[in-house]
Amino acid sequence: MFGIAGIIPDETLPLVYGVPVLKDNRLIIDRWQIPIERGTAALIASAIKTLEVFRKPNPMVFLVGDIGKGTGSKALYQFLAENFLQHSFQVFTFHYILPEVDGCLKVIFSIEKLSKKPFLIADAGFMYTVKMAGYANFFDLFTPDLGELAFLADEKAPHPFYTRGFLLSNEKDIESLIKRAYQHHNAPPYLLVKGEKDWVVYNQEVLATIDEPLVPEFEAIGGTGDTITGMVSALIYAGYPPEKACILAAKANRLAGALASPTPATQISTIIDFIPNALKKLSG
Amino acid sequence: MMEWLNKLLPTKRNKKDKTNQSSQKALLIFENTSEVIQAEKILQTQGYKVKVVGPPPEVRKGCDLAIEVPVVEIPGIINLLKTKKVEPLDFISFSEEEILKPVDLFHVKDFGEYLMVRAANMKITVDKRTLTIVNVSGGGCPDVPYLASILIGLNLKNSFPPKEKGHTLCGYALHLAYEKAKELLCSE
Repeated sequence: MFGIAGIIPDETLPLVYGVPVLKDNRLIIDRWQIPIERGTAALIASAIKTLEVFRKPNPMVFLVGDIGKGTGSKALYQFLAENFLQHSFQVFTFHYILPEVDGCLKVIFSIEKLSKKPFLIADAGFMYTVKMAGYANFFDLFTPDLGELAFLADEKAPHPFYTRGFLLSNEKDIESLIKRAYQHHNAPPYLLVKGEKDWVVYNQEVLATIDEPLVPEFEAIGGTGDTITGMVSALIYAGYPPEKACILAAKANRLAGALASPTPATQISTIIDFIPNALKKLSG
Repeated sequence: MMEWLNKLLPTKRNKKDKTNQSSQKALLIFENTSEVIQAEKILQTQGYKVKVVGPPPEVRKGCDLAIEVPVVEIPGIINLLKTKKVEPLDFISFSEEEILKPVDLFHVKDFGEYLMVRAANMKITVDKRTLTIVNVSGGGCPDVPYLASILIGLNLKNSFPPKEKGHTLCGYALHLAYEKAKELLCSE
């Protein structure tokens, strides 16, 4: 089973969980219809599009409304801590959530009780809080962008907002940021660093870089990081080894972008529509 | 208020402490980031010179902000915030090394018709001709997708500042990017 957890920017959404359906750019779960324009919903939609290609079942998702006040995030941490053991996940992806060390640790302690740990992926707020809690090594894959890589490399920063300037200004020297993130134990075994060039890393060693096709507009489009995380998660669940999954997800994300001929004003749902085509072309 | 004053004026203080008091700083600690943003706005409106910073590790819970204020102005500040019902939980003195400074480095990318500004992990992209906010990306806190959903399509000149509706550090970083974009595109 493949699981995904994160928040949805709608305060009226209670904690819901189940297997969603993707229809007309909306995730349908229970009586809720959630637009896929951004964040965790975009990640889930990309995962579903990927799983369609490989004829795998849709993921089980755990969602809650939160617009930043933290109430929904707290409920989600608590629910996951209490219920994670009831399911047997092979892959689990944690995404947007209000970073809170106590809540994150409760979830991690719950997962530690499993005899077989799922392949754990974190991005966005959950990645921040895992780093802050000192548990990056407990995870298997982080998918930071360049600003977030500088944050992982900064052993003192509790949030990307506080990344020190000398690291932020060093973004062209990605290899030294990668090295520093591992030196301070703030990176899991696998990193997929998203940027103008994508970097696939295993324990500090750069396994591959992907920079074709180049779609400069990508950086401006909200959700292009979420789509890559959704795809790589689904590919690992579909049986791809992590390294190959990272490379294929990075290439497919770029190709889906190129097929959409975007401008910096393009919205992510337009690109998500091209994911199956891109994956089919690349996976042959 | 007496508790605050007692904390502010310890019983034993040497001459040097008194001399330095006018330049000493303290941090106001709040329940959550939303209160920090509200308090900052109230204090700035009243002319106080305050700064939003990160609290030292021993009082940090997660996605935290605090407000740096001059120690001598604390009684007035507390009174004001009390009347506005945004009272801090506590205040602490601090050393410069313990305090995290918010990011002050901006990356600007010109796409021709569009301009993208990044502060820390947050990016905002604006149509240069119409000043319409066309995209918001980056970040990982819950108010990012929310702010994106209500900012996209608005005019940079007439939209609300993100910190008015943001609640987290990502929301605050987006606000910094927004202010920079405004400075670059809306100044005469």
